[in-house]
Amino acid sequence: MGLAKRIIPCLDVTNGRVVKGVKFVSLRDAGDPIEIARRYDDQGADELTFLDITASSDDRDLILHIIEEVAAQVFIPLTVGGGVRKVEDVRRLLNAGADKVSINTSAIQNPQLVAEAAGRYGSQCIVVAIDAKRVGQGWEVFTHGGRRPTGLDAIEWARKMQSLGAGEILLTSMDRDGTRDGFDLALTRAVSDAVDVPVIASGGVGNLQHLVEGIEEGHADAVLAASVFHYGEYTVRQAKEYMSQHGIEVRL
Amino acid sequence: MTDIAIVDYGMGNLRSVAKALEHVAPEAVIAVTNNPEVVRKAERVVVPGQGAMPDCLHELDRYGLREAVWDAAANKPFLGICIGLQMLFDNTEEGNVSGLGIVPGRVKRFPASAMKDEKGQKLKVPHMGWNQVHQAMEHFLWKNIANDSRFYFVHSYYVETADANSAGYSAYPFPFTCAVAKDNIFAVQFHPEKSHAAGLTLLHNFVQWKPV
Repeated sequence: MGLAKRIIPCLDVTNGRVVKGVKFVSLRDAGDPIEIARRYDDQGADELTFLDITASSDDRDLILHIIEEVAAQVFIPLTVGGGVRKVEDVRRLLNAGADKVSINTSAIQNPQLVAEAAGRYGSQCIVVAIDAKRVGQGWEVFTHGGRRPTGLDAIEWARKMQSLGAGEILLTSMDRDGTRDGFDLALTRAVSDAVDVPVIASGGVGNLQHLVEGIEEGHADAVLAASVFHYGEYTVRQAKEYMSQHGIEVRL
Repeated sequence: MTDIAIVDYGMGNLRSVAKALEHVAPEAVIAVTNNPEVVRKAERVVVPGQGAMPDCLHELDRYGLREAVWDAAANKPFLGICIGLQMLFDNTEEGNVSGLGIVPGRVKRFPASAMKDEKGQKLKVPHMGWNQVHQAMEHFLWKNIANDSRFYFVHSYYVETADANSAGYSAYPFPFTCAVAKDNIFAVQFHPEKSHAAGLTLLHNFVQWKPV
């Protein structure tokens, strides 16, 4: 008896549709976000994460309407990220019904944003997303879908974000994202062991054993996946049953 | 007249709480309010809260809501959620400030030295996610909720009080009180508004509750 490890389906949303790409390119349509959110809720998802990957800032309000509609029907935690640049963006997403807001590129451009947002709304609703790529012996933080290096060491960066008030780290391996080869377990473990806040492993899930590995070997507190769920390969419930059979405590 | 007042003192996102209550009580008049008069006149009062308890108390005073919360806790069906539970206590380690002193006990931080699971792996703080809630007493608010159901938690501090006040326990890794019941007060550390079916059932029970 104790805290369950979480399974978090992730919905990449653009122009009001859920899409999924490989290494952040070649997007494929996966359906209506509200329908998909309800389906995952029915299947026992522990949380849902929405990443707004809309390119143009003109279309940003679309995600607010989607979150509003999901929040009126789905009573589990909702995290929303993508395009969060100011404390005002955090406020708008929380008011629309998000429980947590994920900050990525803007945390690098302006680390004080994390401190300000956490100070105003509490660490519990500030997630910092880190996109990392293997470089030499370590991992470097990248932005712009893995195209732009930052020179920041991923482990150091995670520690710094925790100290500024991040309540959780969403860690994506850019080497693995969309590959279905499994999480970068060494990266996940290094970051998870380096911080005291929960770490969500992301990037590379291709089968259910990968989820088990993310928890057991990667020391992740939660696992995030998209395509294995979107195309009906596995349900969230099947994933949880598999994890439970492998000795991982989950909410069934 | 307002049926349910959700006390809004500017700390955290109350929209989720309002949405969940609207879902379980579609007929009720629900107000998210910082007006002490509205709180005073409401039939039922919900006090949520996120963030740091000293800031929450400070904001509560800034809006002049302390008396109204006190009055509600003494006289009508009262539901505290998260910091709304913690603020009922005598004092907290967080900033070492006094609480409202309505429930005897104190609020403590999860001690770093204890945060290991049985395999020796580090347990993270905040305690974030779905944990089991063991019901320690019969109570109307537990109606139709299976014992040891999971609820969604996110907190770094927990309450310590006499067993007589504890309506429920969770373990992380040691057992701690996660629900308190005293007369017309029910208060929980977890977030019923984010706890799926079990959470909605608890909120539904609160709306129906007629404490004697």
